Parts: sequence; structure tokens; C-alpha cells
Amino acid sequence: MAERLLEVDDLSVHFATGDGIVHAVDGVSFELERGKVLGIVGESGSGKSVTAMTIMGLTRDINSRFSGAVNYQGRNLLELSDAEMQSYRGNEIGMIFQDPMTSLNPVYRIGEQIVEAIQAHEKMDKRGARRRAVELLRQVGIPNPEQRVDDFPHQFSGGMRQRAMIAMALSCNPAILIADEPTTALDVTIQAQIIELISRLKDDFNSAVIMITHDLGVVADIADEIIVMYAGRVVERADKRSLFYDPQMPYTWGLLGSIPRLDRPRPERLHSIKGAPPSVINMPPGCKFRPRCPHAFEKCMEEPELENRVETPGHLDRCWLDVEVKRSVRDATIAGEAPEAA
Amino acid sequence: MSATGGGPPLIEVKHVKKYFPIRKGLLQREVARVHAVDDVSFAVREGETLGLVGESGCGKSTLGRTIVRLLEPTAGEILFEGRPIEKLGARRLRPLRRQMQMVFQDPYASLNPRKRVGQIIGDPLKIHGIGDKRERKAQAEELLETVGLSPEHYNRFPHEFSGGQRQRIGIARALALRPKLVVADEPVSALDVSIQSQMLNLLEDLQTEFQLTFIFIAHDLGVVRHVSDRIAVMYLGKLVELSPAEELYQRPIMPYTEALLSAVPVPDPDLAAKRKRIVLEGDVPSPINPPTGCRFHPRCRYATQVCTEIEPPLVDYGNGHLAACHHPLNVDAAILAAAHTAPESPVEADEAALPHDTSGESHPVAGETGRPGQSLD
Repeated sequence: MAERLLEVDDLSVHFATGDGIVHAVDGVSFELERGKVLGIVGESGSGKSVTAMTIMGLTRDINSRFSGAVNYQGRNLLELSDAEMQSYRGNEIGMIFQDPMTSLNPVYRIGEQIVEAIQAHEKMDKRGARRRAVELLRQVGIPNPEQRVDDFPHQFSGGMRQRAMIAMALSCNPAILIADEPTTALDVTIQAQIIELISRLKDDFNSAVIMITHDLGVVADIADEIIVMYAGRVVERADKRSLFYDPQMPYTWGLLGSIPRLDRPRPERLHSIKGAPPSVINMPPGCKFRPRCPHAFEKCMEEPELENRVETPGHLDRCWLDVEVKRSVRDATIAGEAPEAA
Repeated sequence: MSATGGGPPLIEVKHVKKYFPIRKGLLQREVARVHAVDDVSFAVREGETLGLVGESGCGKSTLGRTIVRLLEPTAGEILFEGRPIEKLGARRLRPLRRQMQMVFQDPYASLNPRKRVGQIIGDPLKIHGIGDKRERKAQAEELLETVGLSPEHYNRFPHEFSGGQRQRIGIARALALRPKLVVADEPVSALDVSIQSQMLNLLEDLQTEFQLTFIFIAHDLGVVRHVSDRIAVMYLGKLVELSPAEELYQRPIMPYTEALLSAVPVPDPDLAAKRKRIVLEGDVPSPINPPTGCRFHPRCRYATQVCTEIEPPLVDYGNGHLAACHHPLNVDAAILAAAHTAPESPVEADEAALPHDTSGESHPVAGETGRPGQSLD
């Protein structure tokens, strides 16, 4: 069995705001093994980014409340002091952010920014760090890295900036790379390049990857296991094949159905999930997806636990519907022929 | 989307060019030009949706803005209902602005944060002197309902809305003047997939309700398939393929289109693993010094000597399917024999450079290489 790198156990993150307590993440658990890619999928506001940022210790604030644990190499990262956390951040866990246009400092050269990241974590002189920066840029596929290392971010295209961000995240050989929507701001062609790059680097660096996205299509290729999040909760969790070929949660069906498919005939109408995610301050009682679910019934007023309800071990979901009923109505729902939500 | 039928062209674009000068030095002399749109021609019929697709920097947004005359074309003609509009001054353009509206990409940047939603939607009416204050309010409220928001949102500010809702406001604003043509510049790129599909369905409904003609700009062929009757693919300022929508997906002729198709992620792990993904290396080259010959040749896996030297003309392969390529995919000998240079071709393209069988290079024929339609089944 592969080495287990990260164990998130019943993690909850609440923020106290002027409007009330925001339940951003509620009881999320997962494990990550070396060499594996975990996909976290959900809409904006589902808590996927907060989960990632909490692992990185970036949500620490006077108004934040945490419970549960984020175990990395036997330490609970939530209990570390800010100074201790600093030695994990970047060194052990690296992160790539969504928007490559705003996550690089426009007034510093690309190389300087990577050198800064290296020197912040390792005792290395400037010349060595710069050599390392050039090497990293080469590894992420920047042409002429010796010259481009002295460019400013505006001289890079969007795809190249994201590559530079990846180079920076990898500069200290982290064991875990968290990619938060790394391709959302990019063209599809560049998206394909970046996904391939992340997947290759994962093998080169022998690390594990958490890939966060709102598009199930993006993780279909590279993920091993997938977690679907909704309203701060994990609503379905399964290995990739089981999730795509036997999805159990109507929310997952909605996400699958929303993707325009090139491999199928064009449908009359695209399936779309009605309405918007619930407010994270005043959650609806019962199943959080109930107000938008076309298959909701009385029992959904009670919140289902995340449990294994199918034959596949490890495939967990939060839905009261009978498994066989689900399988019979699923394809129609994904194809957008479901009854209107009540 | 709707009737592809033979309505008269609402908008015609003829050999339109848009160059941006690069100026340097004390005298601001022009030292180079960005060839953003370089000799593009097509027509969009009334009630039709044309999808305009390409990577960032291919000139699709510039073309969209030039069509609605937010930019002035460097050369070429733009006809709206048969009338040339490329040279009209601001005054004579104004009545036309009612007919042509735009929906912008970024719902966060395209709404004035200091104005209330009602004002944002009502302003176009005010500018064009339509109705009095009360009528405008009633219309704005009605529009809010049409796009799936509620009339009570009239007095709210943009920051109180999510990205998808803001895009609905942008659409309501574009519809306020009951335009004939709407140019939607990547209206769903900034949204979650689940919201994307809501938005695509909404646009489809609105087209029927308001009898709109759409030019729908996107970088993702998956998104435009759902709304488009025809699709135009652009690369580095040039139109490289123009085809009825479904045909483009079944039978792409230009290798660039093939690559774009293969980059669209498929939510099916087995298929995704099996599928031959053509990853285009590198970025789109600089439009300041575009490559010679076929502009796609440095990134094309079929490129040969001829591609580096001669610019391929747009060739009509029948059924309204045009493509500019020396090594067309998915065409057989019969189609090739009947093919002829299309009138939409750029003027400088070498018309003698029709693709032919005797070039010595085997160009892939239907079934031989990655036909996305097939390999995906």
C-alpha cells in the first residue's frame, strides 16, 4: 500500500461574520496517498477552496473556528503555531492558485519571485537559487528559460504564467501539490497542456496532487479519487470509475449533465441544476441539495449521512433514494429529461 | 439553435481587417502593427447563431467589437441589413446602436458597481430617449423577469449578485433596446459549468422570444456547439474554417479545429484515457509578425514545406463547409475534385494553391486519422 501523506479528519471551518456564522466546511474527511490525484469538485461556494486553504493554513484568522484534524506526517497542522506552519507551507505542501494574472507580482521579474520562494524555505545563495529557478522553468516547459527568467509577468501569456506559478509551487519539492482551479482562467488548449504538465510533474516529483475544479471533465483524465462537495459537505466520494459510471448523488448527476458533451449527439436542451447553492449562513434543513433536487421526497427533510450504499466499497454518498431507483432515473436526469424540481 | 433557413443576411463582413499600430519614440512613429483581424469575410443570416471560436489572441473579440463598431475597421466592409456601416460617424451610428448590442465576458467588470441594477438596465432606454421614467422602470422590471431574476432586484447593486446572476443582468441590459443582433463575447467562460448550462439555455430561449441573431464568441468548442447553427474558427486573425455546426464536430477539415476539438475535456474516464489528445504545443504566435504561409504551420502536425510558403485560400468543400488548409482532413477524392476557392478567401491568398491529391503528401482521409466523431463513440 502506498504511503499515506495526508489525512483530513472531520474538518469543519466556520467563520464568524457580521451576518452570522458561515459554515464554510462541515465535517469533511479524506485521505491522500503518495502518487495519487484527488479531485475535489463543486460549484463556487461549496467549500472546496476553503478546504484547500485550511490545509495550507491560509484561513487562520481571529474570526475562524476550526474543528477536526489535518494530519500530515503525524502532526495535526491545525494545531501548529503560525511559525511552525511556515515550515510546512511551500516545503511540504505547495499550492497553485486559480488566477495566474493576479497571483504573480507584476513589478518583480519571474525569476526574482521564484528565487524569493526558494530562499524563504532553503539556505541557498542567490546564484544557486537562480540556477534552480531556471531549471524549474525548464521543467514546466518554458522555452528559453535562461532568458525568460528575467521577464516580467506581463511578458508571459496566461498559460506561461500558470506554468511559472507551478514552477514556484514546486520550488521546494513539496510532497503535496494543491491546484485550486488551475485551468479555469485558461483556454481549453492551454488547459489540456497544464493538466498534462501537472500529471507529468506529479510522477517526476513523486508527489500527490489535490486538484480542485468545478468541471468534472477536467478531472476525468487525471484523478484517482473524486470528492464532490456541496454546501460545505462531502456529498459523494468514490474512485474515479465508480463516480463517473455509477454516480449516486443527484447533485453529481447535475454536474455531469451540465457539461456540453462532444462525444454524444447534441441534446435539445442542456441539463442544468435549477437555482443556486444555498446560503452558507442559513442552510436549509435536511439534505442541503433538497431545494434544487428533482427527486426530493419527504425523507429528504432529514439529512442523510455520508455512507456506503452501493456494492463498491469506498463509494460514499448522501442520498436517501433507493440505489436501484437511482440507477433507473439517473440517465434521464443526466440527459436533462428529469421532472422539474418541486 | 433555430431556423438555419434562407433568411437574408443581417450582417455581412467583407474582407475586414483590424490592425493596431504600435508606436514608439518621441514622434510616436508607427513601428509595427498588430494584425488582430486580417481579411475576414462571412455573413450571418437573420435568426441565426454564428459561433466564433479560437484561442486567446486569435482576434475573435476584436472582430466582435469591430462588427458592432466599437472599433473602427482598418479596411473592409461591414453591411448591416445591406447598408455599409464601417464608415458611419458617431451621429449616424447612434440609431444603429439600438439594433446591435453586446454581452461581455466578465460579469464582474462589465457592470458599474455604483449603479443600481434598474439603472444599469434602464440606461440604454434613457440614452435612446425611449419612454418616460415610469415606463422605463416597468420595462426594466419586466426584463429582469425575462432573464430569470425577480423585479424586486431592481434597486440592488451588482455586488449583491453572484457571477451567474450578474451575467443575467448584462443580458437584460443588452436586450433592453430590443436589438436584432447580439454579440456575446465569451458570456459563459467566467461561470461554473452548472451555471454555464443555465445561461446557454436562457440564451436559447431569448433568441426565440426576441428573434435575435447571435454572434457567440468562445474559446471552447463544447460550449458553442449547443447554441450555434454555424461555427467559424479563427486563428491569428484569419478565418480558417467555417461550417454548419454539427458538420464541424463530425468532420473537421482544418487540423487546428481537430486540435481544438480534442482539447475539450470529456467527462468519461475510459474515453478520456483512450482518446488521442492532440496537445498543441506552445502558444499562439505573435500577431505582430505572424508566420508566413499558413499561420498555423509552426504548431501543425501535418505541416509541410508548402504550408510555410503559401497561404492557403478558403476552399469550399460543399454544404457551406469552408476551410483554409493545404492538407485537409476528412475529405475524399470526390469532395476534393469538386472543391473550389470560396469567395470568402482573403484577397492575398494564392488562389492557385487549392489542395490536390498529387502533392505527394498523403493527407489523411476520413476514417484514417482522429475523427473526433468516431474515436469518441
